[in-house]
Amino acid sequence: MSERQRSGSPDKDPASEAQAAQDSLGNTERAEDATTPEAAPATGGTEPKPTLGRLFLENLWAANTVTVTVLSLVLAIVVGAILMIISDPDVLSTYSYITARPSDALNSSWTLVSEAYANLFKGAIFDPEAFSGWLDGSNGWQAVLAPISETLTYTAPLVFTGLSVALAFRGGLFNIGAQGQATIGVVLAALAGFLLPLPPGLHLLVALLAGALGGAIWGFIPGILKARTGAHEVINTIMLNYIATYFLTWLIVQNGVQDPNRTDAISRPVDPSAQLPRLLGDNLRVHAGILLAVLATWAVAWLLNRSTLGFELRAVGANPDAARTAGISVTRTYVLIMVFAGLLAGLGGSNMVLGSTASALTPLVVAQIGFDGILVALLGRVKPWGVALAALLFGALQAGGNRMQSYSGISLELVTVLQALIVIFIAAPALVKAIFQLRAARAARLQTSLAKGW
Amino acid sequence: MEPGEIHALLGENGAGKSTLMNVLYGLYQPDEGEILVDGEPLKLRGPSDAIGAGIGMVHQHFMLVPVFTVAENIMLGAEQVRGGIAGFLDRRRARREVTEVSERYGLRIDPDAVIEDLPVGIQQRVEIVKALTRDVDLLILDEPTAVLTPQETEELLTVMRSLKAAGKSIVFITHKLGEVKAIADRITVIRRGKVVGTASPEASRDELAALMVGRSVRLTVEKAPATPGRPVLEVSGLVVDDDRQVRAVDGVDLTVHAGEVLGVAGVQGNGQTELIEAIMGLRPALAGSVTLDGERIDGWSTKKVLRAGVGYVPEDRSVDGLVKEFSVAENLVLDMYDRPPFGGGLALRPDAIAESAKERIAQFDVRTPSAEAPVGTLSGGNQQKVIVARELSRPLKLFIAAQPTRGVDVGSIEFIHGRVIHERDVGTAVLVVSSELDEVIGLADRIAVMYRGRIIGVVGPDTPREQIGLLMAGVSPEVAAEQAGDASESGTASADAPRNEDEA
Repeated sequence: MSERQRSGSPDKDPASEAQAAQDSLGNTERAEDATTPEAAPATGGTEPKPTLGRLFLENLWAANTVTVTVLSLVLAIVVGAILMIISDPDVLSTYSYITARPSDALNSSWTLVSEAYANLFKGAIFDPEAFSGWLDGSNGWQAVLAPISETLTYTAPLVFTGLSVALAFRGGLFNIGAQGQATIGVVLAALAGFLLPLPPGLHLLVALLAGALGGAIWGFIPGILKARTGAHEVINTIMLNYIATYFLTWLIVQNGVQDPNRTDAISRPVDPSAQLPRLLGDNLRVHAGILLAVLATWAVAWLLNRSTLGFELRAVGANPDAARTAGISVTRTYVLIMVFAGLLAGLGGSNMVLGSTASALTPLVVAQIGFDGILVALLGRVKPWGVALAALLFGALQAGGNRMQSYSGISLELVTVLQALIVIFIAAPALVKAIFQLRAARAARLQTSLAKGW
Repeated sequence: MEPGEIHALLGENGAGKSTLMNVLYGLYQPDEGEILVDGEPLKLRGPSDAIGAGIGMVHQHFMLVPVFTVAENIMLGAEQVRGGIAGFLDRRRARREVTEVSERYGLRIDPDAVIEDLPVGIQQRVEIVKALTRDVDLLILDEPTAVLTPQETEELLTVMRSLKAAGKSIVFITHKLGEVKAIADRITVIRRGKVVGTASPEASRDELAALMVGRSVRLTVEKAPATPGRPVLEVSGLVVDDDRQVRAVDGVDLTVHAGEVLGVAGVQGNGQTELIEAIMGLRPALAGSVTLDGERIDGWSTKKVLRAGVGYVPEDRSVDGLVKEFSVAENLVLDMYDRPPFGGGLALRPDAIAESAKERIAQFDVRTPSAEAPVGTLSGGNQQKVIVARELSRPLKLFIAAQPTRGVDVGSIEFIHGRVIHERDVGTAVLVVSSELDEVIGLADRIAVMYRGRIIGVVGPDTPREQIGLLMAGVSPEVAAEQAGDASESGTASADAPRNEDEA
């Protein structure tokens, strides 16, 4: 059984052996194809090539990422419409005699819903009235771009927090702490913004770096705890959120921080030299934060897909055991992931005070950008450019929601409900699939990709 | 299937054996066709239907709850309760049942042990006991012997014979030809989802193998005598604990020379895993030393050990060897991604990675739709080839392969063995750990037998199987030699027909 000598043993020449093996297998395959034509599709041999159009239609109705996302959006809009109808007493009352005069109920519902969504659209993307007003000279070009400007203003910080959550997700960590990291980021950015007397440009840079540093520190803490002690990052980031929030609340009313002219909880304003420049003049709020957000998206995409660090991060996220066996330091990677995630969230927070949304610290200055970041990351399928698009959608909903509230009297909370519904449908692709009778494609994989990290 | 028949289902990995049996067990629904039991068509909506119909199954991948005890796992799905409506779990009874069944069939297990603490071999045993406690007429064994020692396999075959005598039918899925010939009454060979033939146990091994793979294969490892050079790996007095802080490696001394294959034989769970992990820097060495080419490497990080010229094929490829979501190309650089030409500084070089992937896929005959396909979609044998390709594609001083062909089809085994011997012939020191005795005997130039964390003996590859088997069971070398001698002299040789054939 053991040592047999044979001149010209094939073991000496494995390349040719492999070749031979492949050849012989290829032969049997071909032979089988010839004898059993029904086996052909399995080997991908003789199936006729589908036309591009058919391929497109098939893919459209396969439960792939894009289809599920779009249909989730549709479903959320439908459910949102139902909510509008039942929350409006006047419209609801027409349903009491729907059998007698169905047109009343339908017309009033249609008017309510279509106007609300039209205002959402006008507030977020494009307002035809402003456009015609610009053409006949009754208002300036700024009014035409105002909706876009609002959308982008709301988008910028969400891109950062979304990237923060998505990056951690890809590394196998669930960063619930983007809110806290953004809070510490906003604190340090604001402090640098009104405490340091620096020349313009440099001042902004320092303030941004301070914000990034603050977030990074707040991400480092759960990262090092996870790496050294195994403490679960979900618990720790949630706890750190509380600490950050109450630290902010406490800090605002301290001497030297609180605005000396005010008695309520508001800090001194950030110096103009540390403000992100506005992109379209002083009347429109859109600022350079959106450019930074695009840059950050590109940087995260590069980091994930084209860098050695990203390779480590993805390997650790997908299979920490295999990563460790391949010589990757899992603990070091965990710390780095959380530091980067925190850095991004910190930058997102900085946007809230260095941009045009606010220029001073208040207890609610960071709004919900950290928690919305989780939704944005999920909606964007934890891919950088997907996150940017999801943030754009959420920004648009926010901007449009403002107009919907003031013009149609639909409360802004409906927008939050819409956002939540979209994410719920996306997190449950099987549900969307069942509703729209989609062919099973990659829905199962989608689901698992979102369930990872726990 | 006839009552009281042992029907062997033979086929390569990915041939569809397990899928077929999962349909039988009600886990998958058939797209077409039907299952007949006693002439009646049977509709199975789930495993409980199958159990009800008297079908039991031991899965290839264990279906055990890791944090439960043995007894809890065995009663799972058939929980015994007492106290009427209060429904307390009757653990005592479950425990008694476990002890009873395990004693009856000679499968020793502690009913109170927690599954995750048990080595893989014992977990398999729990699975077998679990199926045996259910009153089944048809027992499906999906590669049950993959993790057993020759002695344990022999015991299992005895169990199977007694079950057969009791009128139970057994479907025995395997790709080990020796076992099939020893036990089966009828053999069905499956290839690519189709029955390609039936054979009687009298058919020769080569015939069966050819039927399985679809071409003729070489079943033995062809190799020239080794020309051992300088010692490359020296392990002395190594002490390592396992995850439970129990001593797993208890003072091991080993030397592997350049240009030789040292095989480590032993029943799984005798410290082989921990020994290898300690050498690789994955587990701290508590005492003793490991030197590579005269340099102490214990205490080094895994990365440093790999960089020093050690190639490592871990025993569990899906857990430690591969990132299933990653593409074949990415897995091919999993431990070299940050070294030129694949990465420089912070940047990866996707072109270089793709190019070398293409080369290595061809060179190592990895059957994959493309280099970008996720490695999890490949068959077991091809996944293993990806790991072997990765580890063998850089200059090595030492190559460590743990269970290099577990769950791998015949064709790939042949190929991987060829590569291992080739690596030896170019002067690399090779350390092969396997619970597959045939594999160790076939590959090794020297065989170290490990038992309870110690090397109990180092023997030549010509040592009789019985003697190595006894060493694996912990019998001291002198006694083992004596006993093995007795056995062959007196000619009792209880059912060692399969063993001899495996050696052939």
